[in-house]
Amino acid sequence: MNATHSLSTTNLALGYPDRRIIDSLTIDIPPNQITAIVGPNACGKSTLLRGLSRLLAPTAGQVLLDGRDIRTIRTRDVATVLSLLPQTPQAPDGISVADLVGRGRYPHQGWFRTWSAEDDAIVDAAMVATGVQDLAARSIDELSGGQRQRAWIAMVLAQNPEILLLDEPTTYLDITHQIEVLDLLMDVNRQVGTTIVMVLHDLNLACRYADNLIVMRAGAIVVAGAPVDIVTPELVRSVFDLDCLVLPDAVSGTPTVVPIGRHHRPIARDDNTGTP
Amino acid sequence: MTTTNPTTVPAVPASLVARRARRRRSLGVAVGLTVLIVALGAVALLLGKASLTPSDVLSALAGQGTPMTGFVIGELRLPRILTAVVVGVCLGVSGSVFQSTLRNPLASPDIIGITASASVVGVVAIVVFGISGLGLALVVITGTLVAAAGMYLLAWRDGMSAYRLVLVGLGVAALCSGVVSYVLTRSDIRDAQMGLVWVTGSLNNSSWAALLPVAACAGIILAALATLARPLLVLELGDATAAGLGVPLERTRLLIIAAAVALAAVAVSTAGPLAFVALASGQIARRLLNTGGAGIAISGFVGAALLLAADMIAQFAWPTTAFPTGVVTGLVGAPFLIWLLIRASRTGTGS
Repeated sequence: MNATHSLSTTNLALGYPDRRIIDSLTIDIPPNQITAIVGPNACGKSTLLRGLSRLLAPTAGQVLLDGRDIRTIRTRDVATVLSLLPQTPQAPDGISVADLVGRGRYPHQGWFRTWSAEDDAIVDAAMVATGVQDLAARSIDELSGGQRQRAWIAMVLAQNPEILLLDEPTTYLDITHQIEVLDLLMDVNRQVGTTIVMVLHDLNLACRYADNLIVMRAGAIVVAGAPVDIVTPELVRSVFDLDCLVLPDAVSGTPTVVPIGRHHRPIARDDNTGTP
Repeated sequence: MTTTNPTTVPAVPASLVARRARRRRSLGVAVGLTVLIVALGAVALLLGKASLTPSDVLSALAGQGTPMTGFVIGELRLPRILTAVVVGVCLGVSGSVFQSTLRNPLASPDIIGITASASVVGVVAIVVFGISGLGLALVVITGTLVAAAGMYLLAWRDGMSAYRLVLVGLGVAALCSGVVSYVLTRSDIRDAQMGLVWVTGSLNNSSWAALLPVAACAGIILAALATLARPLLVLELGDATAAGLGVPLERTRLLIIAAAVALAAVAVSTAGPLAFVALASGQIARRLLNTGGAGIAISGFVGAALLLAADMIAQFAWPTTAFPTGVVTGLVGAPFLIWLLIRASRTGTGS
């Protein structure tokens, strides 16, 4: 287990001079847990993640890492504790998996600390953990979407973060690879205790994989807590304007949102004609 | 990481194997290019109006030739060859740094207005103020840095966008070529003649006196750039990833671009705005290395080889006339640019 680092915000405001996206948001990220930020499009969830990862400077309030304003800590030192995987990261043409993952070591190196055997071991361990070790010499552009995303996760793991922020890590992946990536993140969290904060689109997957949900709407937090405690039809209606049932997931028992919608295709009956 | 069972980690880390392979590859390419540059240089020493034998050249190089061969080799051919190498390295490195930092294969100093601004400064200095030699070099370097700073500011809105910088640069390049034409048409015919040769790019005025200060400038800038090599590799992964990895984005990018601008200006002040060498070198280096990564040093080698070859073609391909070197780099480079544009629009990597 890592020593526990804390990440929190106090009265955080993010946005642009003419357009404030998040206003006075205060939250503690639970350490050593998986937190998913969910909410409708344009609710400010990616903006919050960019703020938490110091990519976006607050217009007011603070992001606190271990109780210190993150802007006052040297950005390289922040990077040894906290790492970020942007939504659609871009790799240079032809870069190999091992080379990409190796660049995750950047914050740990410096003038007097160049590449060492320890770096090789950490890069290898990250590739093994994400199952890309056999692809080490392959070029990133030759990989499938799921493999590529695992290589990028290996890159941020090589950074040895204790807090890992991911912006929609499952975007553009098919369902198999979405599960693969989320299972992988769960492994990392359960085995090393890495605090994970991710923006997720899929409410059901968020309920299944997150210990803790942050539900946002219009730049503010509506509610935060364990999915089983907070996800109700009323919450989904008030946040997503969607009528739904909330049932226990048949596999995990976590809440599942079943939208009601206006049209329901009849289910084929025993006569196999497709008509009821 | 402590996550994994140690038995699953192979004895020799895959990371180490991959790193060794990469290093071998770049070393191999560097050696190959060095051999090519030396070979081109050797041929260039032999070619020229005064027909010299290899033994004439060798004895002249050893300082034991006749005064005539000593002059031809020592004062004419050798400085010209070395100038081509230094200018080629500057252009190659500058182009590769721009392309890699701005993450755009078209973003080389000759496309985005850096060499164009340098040529405006140079032409005005030559035609209007009659400046030449080291003074010209300093004026061009200073003027180009100022122009680049202006472009950087124009492209700034809540931070620097590489794409905006490319667009601003294209506009500036167009504007500059207009200004150059205006100055040339308004000036005295002899000044215009000289200005025109310079604007096309030429190594005709090479000499030790011109080369030494330029080589010193280039050496200092390259050394400064070498200290930024590691953050540069991380910047290649895009702004958000680089910031997440702890690179102070604006400061690092500003320093790197300033160094690349200065290198381009050094090259232009010496040999005029030779077209396309900067654009092509980085791309060729990438393909030679074929391992990702900018290959900035390799691009310098490629630039030197390209410029040496282009200068030889310009001087000797037509028995009756010697062309300015820039004519050759332009003729060869333009189709390359077109190919790059077509490829970029096909793969969608142009923006």
